[in-house]
Amino acid sequence: MRVYLTAARLSLRRYLTYRSSAVAGVVTTTVFGFIRAYVLVALWKQKPEINGWDLADATTYAFLTQGLMVPMGVFMNGTELGPRIRSGDVAIDLYRPVDFQCWWLALDTGRAVGTGLLRSLPPVLAGSLVFPFALPLSPVRWIAFSLCCVIGYVVSFSLRYLISIIAFWTMDERGVAALVFAVGFFCSGMILPLTVMPGTLGTIVQHTPWATMIQIPSSVLFGTQPGGVGYALAFGLFWALVLMGAGRLLTEAARRKVVVQGG
Amino acid sequence: MAESAERPLAAPVAYLLLVRMWSRSALQYRTSMLLTGLGQLFTTSLDLVAILVLYSQVKVLGGFTLPQTLYLYGTTRVAFALSDIVASGVETLADAIRLGTFDLVLIRPVSTLAQVLADQFNPKRFNKLVPAAATLIWALTDLPVHWTAAKIAVCAGTILCGFVLYCAFWVLSGCISFLAVDARELANTFTYGSEFATEYPLNIFGRPLGLTLTFVVPVAFVTWQPSLYVLGHPDPFGLPGFLRLASPVVAAVFSALAVLAWRACIRRYRSSGS
Repeated sequence: MRVYLTAARLSLRRYLTYRSSAVAGVVTTTVFGFIRAYVLVALWKQKPEINGWDLADATTYAFLTQGLMVPMGVFMNGTELGPRIRSGDVAIDLYRPVDFQCWWLALDTGRAVGTGLLRSLPPVLAGSLVFPFALPLSPVRWIAFSLCCVIGYVVSFSLRYLISIIAFWTMDERGVAALVFAVGFFCSGMILPLTVMPGTLGTIVQHTPWATMIQIPSSVLFGTQPGGVGYALAFGLFWALVLMGAGRLLTEAARRKVVVQGG
Repeated sequence: MAESAERPLAAPVAYLLLVRMWSRSALQYRTSMLLTGLGQLFTTSLDLVAILVLYSQVKVLGGFTLPQTLYLYGTTRVAFALSDIVASGVETLADAIRLGTFDLVLIRPVSTLAQVLADQFNPKRFNKLVPAAATLIWALTDLPVHWTAAKIAVCAGTILCGFVLYCAFWVLSGCISFLAVDARELANTFTYGSEFATEYPLNIFGRPLGLTLTFVVPVAFVTWQPSLYVLGHPDPFGLPGFLRLASPVVAAVFSALAVLAWRACIRRYRSSGS
């Protein structure tokens, strides 16, 4: 256990090093938050309530997406493992006397915590100064929100890990990653909240693993999650277990069969 | 060879040669190119789905109907896709400066801008044009617009001026990379941010931001102002009518500014030295 904590801590420190980069990132995410919020404002002006969300929920959501997307890795093509498989550096990682998947989980958690510390709060604060905001005072809601975020993060990691590990077989995971990224960007609710999607489309997108990353934590925070916190946690855990399990199976298969690149 | 060393290649010729070189390099990895291209095609289409979802909830958004918004979206996307094909090589500039490989660009007897714009050119970028053009055609067939020669000219001009303005944005985003090496994301606000903003009716951003996007960062002249003319829509901000036809002037001035800024950046460039 200690080795994973150390790995996570070192990775965290690495991500805390690039502060000016984080400032630039914060400005960018805040600008995009404003654009997204104005689009939602235009929608909610015409229709003051959509599926239980009012204007304040929608604008808060626009900035929560901006706060959560970097730690959740919505914009990432897999993990840092992908390039190492491509270059053959992964041979060194396979030598380490640790669990392969947990090792990468530890490193990626450091990244998520580091980027979260530097980049999550500022866009949300900036948004709350300009738009109506709907952040609850109840500590129970915040605890539930945090739990959903942790689970959503694990789902995000296991999904990206799966994409990276494909490189063991295909030599280049970037094509698959680009496709998955496109689907994930839409299904995570980055472009529009999943709650406004109508009919069958709405039903589908609310059940993909990407729903756990931004939409479900936000709905839990606003207290509008259908099925309540219990459902949110169970749904997230289900995907986390399935995807982590698939990652383990593929890791084992890769260990046995695959020849590392790079001679 | 001696001759070419004496007389450097003209920038457009150099650009085209570099584009051919990078295309041939990209074509070596067909599967990866095909898949990333498909991914891109998909991403751009999902943006369109988002607009359709918005209009599944309401009939009118900010005073604009679905075909009108699709027209704004289509012209924006086509103009941006064209600029992306030509100029998005700028995106690798920040890394080149950080790693010091930009020095190589400077010692070659070829225009720096041509080299940087052509960098990593990939034919897959043409994919972005497909959904963009399809949406525009869809909007054009659905719009209740009485097409006159003037409107057709403005419509074509919108795409041309939009393309030039976006290219200027790409060059300026490159200039940001010189000023702040690790500010790559900040440069994105200029390019992708302005694209995102012009996909929607500008008045939804409110008066202060709307006017900023008209007079400070001339995003409004990409599609918004000329489209008001084509759609015959009154300006929600009440700005004077001549602005609707001002895009060519704005595009010319802004691209001149971008080139001047680029030259200033090249003059002041200090190698990272490592």
